[in-house]
Amino acid sequence: MKEGFRQAMAWLHTWTGLIFGWLLFAIFLSGTLSYFKDEITHWSQPEVRSHALDPLASLGLAQRYLETNAGHSASWMIRLPSEREAALNVGWRDPEGGRRGFVRKSLDAQSGQPVEARDSRGGDFFYRFHFELQMPYPWGRWLSTFCAFIMLLGLVTGIITHKKIFKEFFTFRPGKGQRSWLDGHNAIGVLVLPFHLMISYSSLVLFMYMVMPAGILASYGGSTNGYFNDLFGRDEVPKVANVASPLVPFESLYAKVQEQVPGARMGFIQVQNPGDRNARVTFTQSSADNVAYKRSASWTFDGATGALLTQGAPESAAMMTSFSFAGLHMGNYAGPWLRWLYFAFGVAGTAVIGTGLVMWLGKRQLKHAKCERIPGELRLVEVLNIASMSGLLLAVAAFFWANRLLPVGLAGRANWEINSFFLLWALSLVHAVLRPGRRAWGEQLGLGALAFTLLPLLNALTTGQGLNHSVAAGDWAMAGFDLTALGTGVFLAWAASKMLRAPKPVAKRAPRAAKATAETVEVNGC
Amino acid sequence: MKRTAAGLPVSYRLGVASRCLAALLGGYLLASMVSICIALLAPLPQVDATLTGLLLSFVFYLLAFIGCFACRSAWRAWLGVLLPSLALGMVNGLAYWMKNP
Repeated sequence: MKEGFRQAMAWLHTWTGLIFGWLLFAIFLSGTLSYFKDEITHWSQPEVRSHALDPLASLGLAQRYLETNAGHSASWMIRLPSEREAALNVGWRDPEGGRRGFVRKSLDAQSGQPVEARDSRGGDFFYRFHFELQMPYPWGRWLSTFCAFIMLLGLVTGIITHKKIFKEFFTFRPGKGQRSWLDGHNAIGVLVLPFHLMISYSSLVLFMYMVMPAGILASYGGSTNGYFNDLFGRDEVPKVANVASPLVPFESLYAKVQEQVPGARMGFIQVQNPGDRNARVTFTQSSADNVAYKRSASWTFDGATGALLTQGAPESAAMMTSFSFAGLHMGNYAGPWLRWLYFAFGVAGTAVIGTGLVMWLGKRQLKHAKCERIPGELRLVEVLNIASMSGLLLAVAAFFWANRLLPVGLAGRANWEINSFFLLWALSLVHAVLRPGRRAWGEQLGLGALAFTLLPLLNALTTGQGLNHSVAAGDWAMAGFDLTALGTGVFLAWAASKMLRAPKPVAKRAPRAAKATAETVEVNGC
Repeated sequence: MKRTAAGLPVSYRLGVASRCLAALLGGYLLASMVSICIALLAPLPQVDATLTGLLLSFVFYLLAFIGCFACRSAWRAWLGVLLPSLALGMVNGLAYWMKNP
């Protein structure tokens, strides 16, 4: 590394990019899917029907259901249906039931009765995988946050490496092999650079309390509770008075919130000590209403009298900064168009990582163009490239196929969907090891094309909610999923056909490349 | 300089490994020290000072990381992260001691 600043940065960009590229590709792809988390969940649980939104009616239904079924519990939670989530979700703390002592039910927003939907994690699986990587707590979060840091490093070193970045942005030389990959890598990278910088820095902000705890520990002593209490302004919940007192109807409290902030949508409603004289009901504004998370947008009522007790404390500038980064990262505030833009940017980020990995290998394979076999370490990179990219796409398809094909009554059904995901991913690795590089790419992309193109058909056959039904009913989450699967299938088919066709001799490039690398080839001696 | 698979001297490889550790661990130490320093000394309410320290720490981690690979030798990389960490550590120790006597 005596070569100077830019060369050193190019070296750093190349090698961190290679080592973390495979994992980053999976993180970016699952993160991109997570922008449509609720829509994917809707597709995965077609039993949950959407109805016209009526927050007051839903609130009444939830209160009645909880009073009947969870009267003994000390804590309730309600999430109202939204434009994106059809179900009315309720939950309550119950030491003897549910997962980790918490029972959850999805109610039909019209009848208020529990919906017996198929057991599936839906979009939540991709969302969790995005930052937990299916690893035990807290290792996955540490690793994915570190990957985010490497992404930020990759962006900064990438900018330094390509200093003529804006000039090169207008240079695209298609059909020129390695050149085209580089041009594509640069063009997409520059086009969505602000998004990339925001997304990688904000992922550090999301978990900074975890990965950089020194400041909190020094300022607040051994425990982080004081910090979180200051940050989120939590109220103390009073003890149970053991004096029975009926809850006021939640509709009246909802109306009081609407007086304060007309038109506010409610995210979730928390009830402490229901049925007691010391009951507390807290309304929190939906994260879809603001870019930043807002601790001030919450209202706590006395559940027995209906009096407004407290409103969340206002945020300071430092809080608004970090809450805004968190909000920008998760994009809960985004409407349909902005959400699609987020999705497109996510795909672009995934593509920048993918093209970078392909280029790393392509550059080095060129040196061995005349040899019959490529060296072991390059073959390893090739196998990992194939499994981490086309293999991952196959795994995603497997998850959705399992969702439609596994019997509804199967024990541990949701886990089997996830198992199919990882099983197919592992199989794609085995396949990539067994087949020569270009064939492996082509076959996996081809299978992926088939799997995604047939997904809408499978949906129509197994649920009767295919495109003909969903478009007619205006169920755009369902239709959008099917159409996106179709689009993905067509794209993969195009990519597969390029790979399966015999590689064009890179006539214009080969003589020069051969001359340039002749020396190194001799040194390598194949 | 040739970058052939086997042609790199061992000292070069050790240098790269040493820089990686300096960037990874030394850079983290420096970033932590910066975040403590801001948390304890910034003239802001406690939670805001802590938050600002956290938000800025990653900028310093990034700069330290880049510095470790940009400087002329692995020794300089270590010195570059450890000396400021040591200086900040002393300031932090003093500030902590004055707040929690």
